[in-house]
Amino acid sequence: MTSALNPRFSFETFVVGAANRLAVTAGRTVAENPGSAYNPLFIYSGSGLGKTHVLMAIGHAAKTIASQLNIEYLTLDEYVEAFHAAIAAGQGDAFRRRFQNVDVLLVDDVQFLTNRKEMQAELLRLTEALQQSGHQIVLASDRPPAEIADLDERLISRFSGGLVVDMGIPDYETRVAILRRKAEERGSKFQPGVLETVAKVEYPNVRELMGALNRLIAFQAVNDMPINEEAVRKVLGMPSAAGSSAAGAPAAASSTAASPDEFSQFLTDVTVTVGKAVEAWRARVAEAVLRWEGEGYRSGRLQKLLDQEQPAAVDEAIAAYVQDVERLKALEAEVAVLDPQAAGEKVFRDPDHMDEAEAAAAKVRDGAAPPPAPSAAFPFETYVAGPSNEVALNAARDVIAKPGKKYNPLVIVGRSGLGKTHLLNAIGLELARKKNAVVACLSTQAFVDELIAAIDGNRVDWWRARYRRATALLLDDIHLLSGKERTQEELFNLFNQLVDADRQLVFTAPAHPNTLEGLEERIVSRLEGGLVTEIVEPDKELRRSVLERLLRQQHVPMEPALLDYLADRPIDSVRSLTGIVQRVVEAAAAQDAPVSAGLAREVLEGAPPPRRTTGLRTSGIVVSSAGGVRSREKMVWDWPAAGDRVIEDLR
Amino acid sequence: MSLVNFTTREITCKIVYYGPGRSGKTTNLHYVYGRVPETRRGRMVSLATQTDRTLFFDFLPIDLGQISGFSTRFQLYTVPGQVYYNATRRLVLQGADGVVFVGDSQARQLDENIESLQNLQSNLLEHGVDVRTMPFVMQYNKQDLPRELILTPADLDDALNFRSVPSFPADALHGKGVFETLKSISELVLKKLAAGSPAA
Repeated sequence: MTSALNPRFSFETFVVGAANRLAVTAGRTVAENPGSAYNPLFIYSGSGLGKTHVLMAIGHAAKTIASQLNIEYLTLDEYVEAFHAAIAAGQGDAFRRRFQNVDVLLVDDVQFLTNRKEMQAELLRLTEALQQSGHQIVLASDRPPAEIADLDERLISRFSGGLVVDMGIPDYETRVAILRRKAEERGSKFQPGVLETVAKVEYPNVRELMGALNRLIAFQAVNDMPINEEAVRKVLGMPSAAGSSAAGAPAAASSTAASPDEFSQFLTDVTVTVGKAVEAWRARVAEAVLRWEGEGYRSGRLQKLLDQEQPAAVDEAIAAYVQDVERLKALEAEVAVLDPQAAGEKVFRDPDHMDEAEAAAAKVRDGAAPPPAPSAAFPFETYVAGPSNEVALNAARDVIAKPGKKYNPLVIVGRSGLGKTHLLNAIGLELARKKNAVVACLSTQAFVDELIAAIDGNRVDWWRARYRRATALLLDDIHLLSGKERTQEELFNLFNQLVDADRQLVFTAPAHPNTLEGLEERIVSRLEGGLVTEIVEPDKELRRSVLERLLRQQHVPMEPALLDYLADRPIDSVRSLTGIVQRVVEAAAAQDAPVSAGLAREVLEGAPPPRRTTGLRTSGIVVSSAGGVRSREKMVWDWPAAGDRVIEDLR
Repeated sequence: MSLVNFTTREITCKIVYYGPGRSGKTTNLHYVYGRVPETRRGRMVSLATQTDRTLFFDFLPIDLGQISGFSTRFQLYTVPGQVYYNATRRLVLQGADGVVFVGDSQARQLDENIESLQNLQSNLLEHGVDVRTMPFVMQYNKQDLPRELILTPADLDDALNFRSVPSFPADALHGKGVFETLKSISELVLKKLAAGSPAA
């Protein structure tokens, strides 16, 4: 509804003369101090003298000075149309609010208020509202307020209360300046004196002055020689220099004196038409350039066409360009989903470098590959339930049934080896089955490492985007965040975003979050804010179930005695249980004997494995973490010299 | 015929003056011929009978010179108006880019005008051209004759110009309306060129 400001209409392109200086000065002042200088500013002048130009220039200037300003330019007709549409849609109030929020309102062609009582009332209301809130209103009309027929007295006084300025017909010097500037804009050169001759005609407005210039340009294009003053008179139908004094020639543009040279006239007309016709391709290209530049796409390729005399296949070139732009739009839209920041990159606005855009999109696609998924090695079905993990398992089921709704976050705590990781992955796998699910399930260490790599590669944005896409985030061993401030910061933000969007979060930790050291308070409080459920050491029943599963996996016959023996072992975690089953099975394989309770006893009690924590019974060799052997007894600290060793060998 | 030839950078417009016999088609061309500088015009070819009736056709080439880098030529043709030269008319119409219908404003010639218009339409159709797509203007000639003998342009519009194409009252003998007509048909032809010209 609102017209866009024409970029060509700025103060810089407006030729200022005595007749319009006041209006331009007032316009500049208003643009610099909207709402405080002259409010409302009312500009009037005859048609074609630059009202619209000044209105739009005010808009441009105000925008340049304060880009956040909300500026609207529209003609009164557009305003009326919008008002009627709003009323028809029952949105009258919304319409009023909308315009009351405009910082600088520029209304053109106000003279059409004549006989529109309801619009006058509406405009009065709007003007008052804008003035009260310190917003600027600038109006333009072809006559002063008092001469607009049938205009409400209150509006007249309101308009007159600001500043009413008129713009007159440009004087001779201004006309020369306008002609020079316009001729220069069009790349046309004239002999000295030609434009001055044209300027001597007192055209009633600038538009007709431009019309005269157009005829000169066309005429000059036809003839091989540059047009001279005398020819100008002929073309424009002015009396010849010999007939009247050159200075102050009377307005003769509208004179209908029959031109003696019908053919020249015809030729001029045809030239203009041919110019338009032959150059139609230029118009099409220019139109495409304007359109796509306006939408922010680079149009170098099209502009190159304009530089050519007669390029081949213009329409095909435009079509190909448009096709490329459409492809860019598609790529940008795709990228926007994956990485909103990357979507704003310039590369998606340059149809001349499609390969770069495709590459950039591919990069984002790779970068935004789904975050690490839960491991398929931990299916939910194989998770053995028992009294020790019943609460956690029920919570997991609830989370799977209503992700993000019931327990968010779910924090599973328990000592190492009790099946937290299994449960976490199992939940992840179940959640991943849901439609459009993107489940991120990984260890906190991997999470930290990824962030470091992203920081290193300057790709933190896509790293974030990658996790923000997740419909569920499951982090194993959250305590590893300890002391990692940046990761905690990132997780904090991610946490909030995901929870706000009802995405499920699940964490595991070795102990209650509030007992973990090195975690920021804000993280701890958020973890505690969900459900913290503990898995305790497996009870005998659970141990037995796990054993049954393990033995079945190893294809070992279920011998009750074996099960009883193993289940009674003082085992504190499922992982240890897996370990002893493994040892027994391997021993049986080595001895080529069936797995039995006796064999198990022999293996487990006969030669109890040295426990790492009781590493005191050693032969004095301590294996350091650095890998070297440190024992003065077993080390040769001083090697014999090479010569000595050689002698020894010879003996 | 190719209206705009981008390869040779030429624009050639063929404009045919059509109408009943003695309506003033050749007079139009003569007037134009008289106003075009010698350097711009070719030889006007006029095949006329001894009584100055067009026997075959008139042909006036006008060279408008270089316009926007295109060497631009107009070729003005007239057709013989007499009913029995229809084959010639059809031939001349071939490849026309625009048609000026020169009507005789005399009231008693109205039927001839209508007949000629119908003939134009059927001849164009034989070339596979729909008159509605062809640039077309009307000229009501002989408006200088006494009022009682002629129909006003408004009456003629009612009677002949049911497609509401541009129409011009004229006095071709003295040149009134001749260039207006030519200008109008030229614009229509060139605009059609703009709308429908292939880019290459």
